[in-house]
Amino acid sequence: MIRSVPRSRLFDGLYLAYLVAFFVYLALPLLVTAAFAFNDSPFPSLPWQGFTLDWYLADGTEGRTGLFHDDGLLSALWVSCKIAFWVTLASVGLGCVNAVLFERLQFRGKEFLYLLMLLPLVIPGVILGVSILVFYSGTANEVSRLWGLELDMFRPGMTLVVMGQVTFITTLATLVIGARLRKFDPQLEEAALNLGATPLVAWFTVTLPWLMPSIFGAAAMAFLMSFENFNTTVMLTGSDTPLTVALFNRLREGSTPVLNAVALFLMVLSALLALLTLRQNRGE
Amino acid sequence: MTSSAGRLSLWLLLTPFVLWIVLLVLVPHLQMLRVSFQVRESWDTIAWGVEQYQNFFTESYYWRTFVRTGVMSLFTTLLTLLVAFPIAWYIARMARGRAKGILFMACLIPFWASELVRTYGWMILLRESGLFSSWLQALGWADGPVEMLYNDVAVIIGLVYNGLLFMVVPLVTTLDGMDENLVEAGYDLGGGHGTVLREIIVPWAMPGIISGCIVVFMLTLGSYLTPVLMGGKDSAWFTEQIFTQFITRFNWEQGAALGVLLLVLSSVMVWLGLKLSGQSLRKVMG
Repeated sequence: MIRSVPRSRLFDGLYLAYLVAFFVYLALPLLVTAAFAFNDSPFPSLPWQGFTLDWYLADGTEGRTGLFHDDGLLSALWVSCKIAFWVTLASVGLGCVNAVLFERLQFRGKEFLYLLMLLPLVIPGVILGVSILVFYSGTANEVSRLWGLELDMFRPGMTLVVMGQVTFITTLATLVIGARLRKFDPQLEEAALNLGATPLVAWFTVTLPWLMPSIFGAAAMAFLMSFENFNTTVMLTGSDTPLTVALFNRLREGSTPVLNAVALFLMVLSALLALLTLRQNRGE
Repeated sequence: MTSSAGRLSLWLLLTPFVLWIVLLVLVPHLQMLRVSFQVRESWDTIAWGVEQYQNFFTESYYWRTFVRTGVMSLFTTLLTLLVAFPIAWYIARMARGRAKGILFMACLIPFWASELVRTYGWMILLRESGLFSSWLQALGWADGPVEMLYNDVAVIIGLVYNGLLFMVVPLVTTLDGMDENLVEAGYDLGGGHGTVLREIIVPWAMPGIISGCIVVFMLTLGSYLTPVLMGGKDSAWFTEQIFTQFITRFNWEQGAALGVLLLVLSSVMVWLGLKLSGQSLRKVMG
């Protein structure tokens, strides 16, 4: 089964067929989704009626409203962007601090704290959302009942969504940045200190530039994960729904090619972000 | 650095970590546990009790869904492993040079799209007015539209699809580091394909298998979109019940109890996986 062991023709053929089938299985749903964003028919299904850009550009005058004129979806897109921005900022910041804490410092109980840091990865996303809802929204209810004080930021809404997503995206950012910091040669920093730099100057001129690619990578990943998250978000969202939740609600009402248009838009966005990080990493 | 400066920087770095883990993870989960033991007697009085947990065991709908979700998640995990292993083997050991990188990247591409988009793609393919149904009719293999969505098979197809990446990546990583001489030695000593696979390859790949299985199981157990959108009336998922209790019925106490049960199930399975394979969480995740 390795290159140096002789194999039969039949085995090779079957193996190849399996590989092809596998990659078709991977690609098919996405290709189909993308294709139907351009089908000139009110339903995303066969037969093919011809190519159109209506599902992006139509302004509602002929009974079709394209993505770029659909106020509901556009405002949901904006909400998602705002959430993703804050989540990226918070989780990458926390990730940097955590990476330094676990890779560079020695202290008692480090092993235990590291396990705590990994914990959010083994908690299902729905539970992360639910627990934050119960604690913060419950507290807001109690405060309102006892003292008549309204803590609106702890009601379901953008703040809670950001908090819920930061919970697990921070762990991922910590792992990405920590992996890079582990490869850093501390002698470089010592050299800077010997040459008269203060620890802070050494950190900003030597260590941080070294970490930059992983910080970019972690930021792109955090943005994508936040943008695409559903399980945690759906429990915490208020009236200003982010894009995935808005899409889900539309999907339950029935599917239209506008949903395909949004889906394709999302795919292109993620692909661009991913390629950007890849190039960034290759350049290093 | 003097030791007091060292201590200061330790505390400065420790504070954000502690705030994050305590305020966003520990306290909310403890509160969820507390609420699950609260019994609401009237709108502003509560007592302590296990009523919510009793409901879980007496209402067969709850525990049946719980067991079903667990069993189907296990099955999905095993199926994902079986589907992914040959692919990972090919990428790690048979493909060379550019082909290797390209195939590996191809495995990642579907995951640039969100779970919702992926599920939507499967819905377009499988439903009554979908592509498979149209193709079957065009080929003359079916007389009318065929509904392939809204059943357990569809749910499992979608779940396996969602989990594949998280299985392929750790498998490729461990298989990549294997010494081919081991496999050759296995054959030289007279082992057949089955023996070599069982005695050499699988034990070597165990860390990857375990970490892949743990992640896929967790994701599957906690998934919500795929079972809701692709499942039929009888294929309720446990996360759906948690959602219903919280969002539709505003019964937070019951919802919290169900949440605790799901968390216990997933933790026990992760712990069992680690214990049975002698791995540590740090090695598997970090």
